Amino acid sequence: MTTVFDFTLGLGDDALIAAQRLGEWTTRAPEMEEDIALANIALDQLGAARLLLTYAGELEGAGRDEDALAYLRDDREFRNCLLVELPNGDFAVTVAKLFFLAAWQLPLYTALAGCADERLAAIGAKARKESAYHLDHASLWMRRLGDGTDESHRRAQDAVDQVWPYVHELFVAAPAAPVDPATLRADVDATVAAVLDEATLTRPETGWTPGGGRDGLHTEHLSYLLAEMQVLHRAHPGATW
Amino acid sequence: MYGNDFAPPEDAPGGGLLGEVEAAEAALREAAARARRGAPAPDEDVEAYFTDVIDADQKIEPRDWMPEAYRKTLIRQIAQHAHSEIIGMQPEGNWISRAPSLKRKAILLAKVQDEAGHGLYLYAAAETLGISRDELVDLLLDGRQKYSSIFNYPTLTWADVGAIGWLVDGAAIVNQVPLCRCSYGPYARAMIRVCKEESFHQRQGYEILHTLAHGTEAQKAMAQDAVDRWWYPSLAMFGPPDGDSTHSAQSMAWKIKRFSNDELRQRFVDMCVGQAEVLGLRIPDPDLRWNEERQAYDYTQPDYAELMRVIKGNGPCNRERMTHRQRAHADGAWVREAAAAYAAKRAERKAVAA
Repeated sequence: MTTVFDFTLGLGDDALIAAQRLGEWTTRAPEMEEDIALANIALDQLGAARLLLTYAGELEGAGRDEDALAYLRDDREFRNCLLVELPNGDFAVTVAKLFFLAAWQLPLYTALAGCADERLAAIGAKARKESAYHLDHASLWMRRLGDGTDESHRRAQDAVDQVWPYVHELFVAAPAAPVDPATLRADVDATVAAVLDEATLTRPETGWTPGGGRDGLHTEHLSYLLAEMQVLHRAHPGATW
Repeated sequence: MYGNDFAPPEDAPGGGLLGEVEAAEAALREAAARARRGAPAPDEDVEAYFTDVIDADQKIEPRDWMPEAYRKTLIRQIAQHAHSEIIGMQPEGNWISRAPSLKRKAILLAKVQDEAGHGLYLYAAAETLGISRDELVDLLLDGRQKYSSIFNYPTLTWADVGAIGWLVDGAAIVNQVPLCRCSYGPYARAMIRVCKEESFHQRQGYEILHTLAHGTEAQKAMAQDAVDRWWYPSLAMFGPPDGDSTHSAQSMAWKIKRFSNDELRQRFVDMCVGQAEVLGLRIPDPDLRWNEERQAYDYTQPDYAELMRVIKGNGPCNRERMTHRQRAHADGAWVREAAAAYAAKRAERKAVAA
């Protein structure tokens, strides 16, 4: 059964790992304006991660703060979905990852804003506004890439095909959680269908549906991501920064 | 100046300089409010008009006539500055993924993002002189225009992020504060905005070093090592000594530049000494001492031969920095083409629908 702690930790880890991946784009984006936009989204995700991890630490009551949770857990203890830990790939893969994540985070945070837990409601109320921008931004790029040149169309369709299997994990039912992700499916499907349609892209058939992130079973990529993220913090146990 | 305690924000480094930025901003408003002498009369010599505006400490605006050499000098200087912001994202960006706390990660991400923003408004200022951003980016990518040499040094440890903030941003501010009074309006206005954000960055860098210098032995050593490596390259940021500086005299006459390289370097040294003491870090110069007569610190000059080597392309990271930027630009080409194609299709559909 998913406790409020598990749920909050999972959302915090989603946001943290998404921020880490988006941060990798800094100085590498296709346009200077996009460098700024991706950094903005990374900062939003990081901001949400800090609030969620701090709260998760309080719920747990074992004295772990945001940094203890971010830097001192191993990959088997992370609860993020697999979608966010996938490597950035080309710009189309990054856009597809961001698009599906934002299409899910927006209704999730919106529902959270109305939940009974006051702290989570406040975090949801703040984060949903940011998610709306992320979804706008990613949708615009889906349309530009899908309905741009032949090359961009091909890359965008490849990206959607590659990322789509990882979307299903986002809806694993958790009836006891403050918001049951299974209830978001119809909303997300509608958003995805509308944008892909405008982008002249095809939604892949659902076949393979990898999962396990919420139970700490990740892809091979997460351990490398954490090794880099945690290296300095772990090299100086107990230090303050 | 600094007290011995951790100073409140208004006394933090950059405080005095920030005051100068604000004064420059006020002067800018005053100059704009002062009845600007009207446009030149039809029979008036445009060159005399240009000189009048400069002499009256007013601003040359994009619509005004200006000598070709003035335009060229400004394009070169503003473009180099813009390129420096863009290339300068790399050494610090190098630590975003490994920042040692989530708070520091957020601050660093925001800082590097600010630098991209500075690059954008500086390119926009250069564009008012009749050259496009795409042209300027090409000049950077094929090496015909330079960026500040300081960014050709590597960031080897986390403390380097602090040292860049304190010393490199500090030197940049000392250099840039007088540019807030530059005779070319769009550049002066861009610099006011840039300086305000830079002083914020400098404070953050100082805070990183302060935390390290008051942390574990390993953290202290890391901080001192970073200051040891960044001190002289930061002094070299002010350029060659006055005797060897090629562009200075004309730029001073045009009020693009207001102080000489050596004057600014001295100002920077004098500013850093007290701050280093509060940090508890040593400036790596055995000959650094107060000169009562000059009312300034005597100090050891940076190695200008090294500066020339780095400018010519042989610093530790010149190749990496350029390759990185060229690769990002090349890898993004299909994305920019897609955006252009999409915009063209939209415009076409709109035209058909109308």
